[in-house]
Amino acid sequence: MGRAKPAEPVEKAKLMHPFPFSAIVGQDQMKLAMILTAIDPGIGGVLVFGDRGTGKSTAVRALAALLPPIDVVESCPVNSARVEDCPDWAELGSTAIVSRPTPVIDLPLGATEDRVVGALDIERALTRGEKAFEPGLLARANRGYLYIDEVNLLEDHIVDLLLDVAQSGRNVVEREGLSIRHAARFVLVGSGNPEEGELRPQLLDRFGLSVEVKSPQDIEQRIEVIRRRDAYENDNAAFMKKWQAKDARLRKQILAARLALKALKTPEQSLRDCAELCIALGSDGLRGELTLLRTARALAAFENTDTLAREHLRRIAPIALSHRLRRDPLDEAGSSTRVARIVAEVLG
Amino acid sequence: MMRPGMTAGTETWARTARAVALLAIDPAGLGGLWLRARSGPVRDQLIAGLASLPLPPRRLHPAIADDALFGGTDLAATLSQGRIVRQQGLLATAATLILPMAERTPPGLAARLCQTLDAAHHTLIALDEGTQDEALPAGLADRLAFHIDLNDVAMGDTDPIPPPPVALNPAEVAVEDSIWSDLAQIAIRLGIDSLRAPLFALKAARANAALFGRNRVTSDDLTVACELVYAPRATQFPASDDQPEPPPAPPEPDTNPESADADADADAPLTDPQIPQDILLEAVRALLPADLLARIAKGQAARAAKAGAGAGALKKGNRRGRPLPSRPGKIDGTARIDLVATLRAAAPWQPVRRRTAGVERILHIRPADIRTRRYQEQSDRLLVFTVDASGSAAFARLAEAKGAVELLLGQAYARRDHVALIAFRGEKSDLLLPPTRSLVQTKRRLAALPGGGGTPLASGLKMALETALLGRAKGMTPTIALLTDGRANICLDGTANRAAAARDALHMAAVLRAQGIPALVIDMGTRPEPGLKALADCLAAPYIALPRADAGRLSAAVSAALEP
Repeated sequence: MGRAKPAEPVEKAKLMHPFPFSAIVGQDQMKLAMILTAIDPGIGGVLVFGDRGTGKSTAVRALAALLPPIDVVESCPVNSARVEDCPDWAELGSTAIVSRPTPVIDLPLGATEDRVVGALDIERALTRGEKAFEPGLLARANRGYLYIDEVNLLEDHIVDLLLDVAQSGRNVVEREGLSIRHAARFVLVGSGNPEEGELRPQLLDRFGLSVEVKSPQDIEQRIEVIRRRDAYENDNAAFMKKWQAKDARLRKQILAARLALKALKTPEQSLRDCAELCIALGSDGLRGELTLLRTARALAAFENTDTLAREHLRRIAPIALSHRLRRDPLDEAGSSTRVARIVAEVLG
Repeated sequence: MMRPGMTAGTETWARTARAVALLAIDPAGLGGLWLRARSGPVRDQLIAGLASLPLPPRRLHPAIADDALFGGTDLAATLSQGRIVRQQGLLATAATLILPMAERTPPGLAARLCQTLDAAHHTLIALDEGTQDEALPAGLADRLAFHIDLNDVAMGDTDPIPPPPVALNPAEVAVEDSIWSDLAQIAIRLGIDSLRAPLFALKAARANAALFGRNRVTSDDLTVACELVYAPRATQFPASDDQPEPPPAPPEPDTNPESADADADADAPLTDPQIPQDILLEAVRALLPADLLARIAKGQAARAAKAGAGAGALKKGNRRGRPLPSRPGKIDGTARIDLVATLRAAAPWQPVRRRTAGVERILHIRPADIRTRRYQEQSDRLLVFTVDASGSAAFARLAEAKGAVELLLGQAYARRDHVALIAFRGEKSDLLLPPTRSLVQTKRRLAALPGGGGTPLASGLKMALETALLGRAKGMTPTIALLTDGRANICLDGTANRAAAARDALHMAAVLRAQGIPALVIDMGTRPEPGLKALADCLAAPYIALPRADAGRLSAAVSAALEP
């Protein structure tokens, strides 16, 4: 093996901050969707589908900087907020409460089942003959985000695992003589290119919002993309200083919106509008209505209004509902156009 | 644009050498090189030149496993030493990754490499020997700055690639504001959608300036960047207002209706005499092959065919699926070892072995203890739709057939179905859609399916047989759904003879049945056709007459017939 010359490890070679969220040009729907899930994690995640080279992965990687820190028990493997919430199998060291950035965990395509759900700690089993649990990615993603790039290429058996855990919020491991369970509540963020394969409808349904992104066709926008990316790569310090300030402002807005959300009034008419929209669209189940309402409330809170209005529903409907429709292959227009048409009919 | 004394081959080689020199200056930023060339002395000459790249070379292969890429437990060493020995993955250190047989890259590996390249530490050299129907996955190609085709370069055209001179730091090269807009506009005029292309062009221009010791980007640098980055990516000839189109240029495919207006607007503010955009466009235009459009169509078809394979096509082997209990086995590199089961098998013997072995070690594992993992996987079903698009059927049922195919595909993922589509009309049949799960592609192909002409039923069945056998070889379970009105009138050899055509069709049906491929015959004619019933009997297939079927009923009928 050509390992004679030890090269510099990648992690140390370049430790650059990810591209700032606010510096992403255009793609407003995608950015809005991500901000809204940050305001209300209960919305249930974002799926970003679209062309190559449109900033999908960039946006998700930038998301971490926007999220406010969370309080966790220092040595808890599943980021529990209180000592009594820590799982019984965890060997707690320090039980001090510390503030950590919201975890954004990458689920690589090649991840094995062991790596995702956790498995027997082989090292300890071999060296000390002890049976211990080594937590997986789902444990680390608890109370945070789980990001899957190229989600449509994920192996089927991993998808099955995720579906189960995303539904129940608990990860149950029954294997290799272990019987372990722990909380695994996370926001699922996926991205992919639909030409490379479809997503299973069951998994599609687990995403709260879905956004389609396209290459910008506007010259000015494209120039701006190049300009900012170049500044990011070649004049990193100045660029980050400018945009991190904007990110910080956005983060404050998100925090303010989280507070405002509690006081937000939802008129009876809005509930009726939600139900009527979903009936007209024929979306399966009630998840459509619930997500629509939650997301519209998050939007209203983000925009600092005190009452949910029809306008909010109108703007949210395409991203909250377009992936929940029964596919009608004879309708050439595509699902987001269909949603827009029905929204215009129902909400006037 | 050919310089005197240079042939097309030496021109290409000179550009290749330049691309390598630029890569040596900014290896991580430029992502790498997609090299289309047959294996031979020309390619070897280039690979020898890659030694000048600053990052150490690492060789990958399309079937590389994840623990080789990302690191994992070194099993042999772990067992012999009695403690965990981890091995480092190939991607752990910045490297020049060389990927031979890049045209065979499966989508999963391509996605992993894309993620790796996005982190911008590595350079990837993709060596692609693909013929027309195979190519590097598009997502990966998009992340490599340079695309080079050496198939037309002779050994006599090449020189050894010189080691790179000491260059400036490309980050210190100044770029004027107008250059950004120039690069963005040229990309649009050449029909390049991805935003990575202008970024690569900018980096290439910077690296070229650094190569020549300049501290600002000049028009020469931009020309080189456009030639290297834009020319291979162009999907349309740039519209030009002031000079005539070069004679071989085919009419421009106006995919972007705004492009004409954009051009008009674009030219106005670009009076900057420094680097006229048109000079750059000319440089690229000179490099565009005359048969660009044909190539694009072909390239897209090839990509579509590959992408259509989807993630679920390869279903053989003992690596995925539902786990079964482990079995005794040996380390042969094909099966994964179940470490825990192995330890469990070895555990009871430890005291005995410790006494007899005479060697001090914690664990005594013998080859007989090795347990390997086994998986069981349900194979995917492949539905081969064989649709009659002849004149007689076209009016009646073609639209419904299209709708039914899409409806079935819409439900396909949940039922682990793949769909392929064959249309027969005129004298022959076409495989319109290779086995796929992608609804996006299916819609596109179906919309373009024309109708009219004779009914070469036998030819359609033959194509269905070939597709089904191919699917079976990939581990799928094929089923053929034949949608026709049954009036075969074209023989297998293309002649029009009703009686012989019917005989040919029956003969093909017998072959299909002999292969044990299940089938389903749907009569789309306005009146049921007795000949078709006979054909269905010959296929041992259910026969369904659907005189007034709509897409929904058709799909329901197919689903019902297929459910066991």
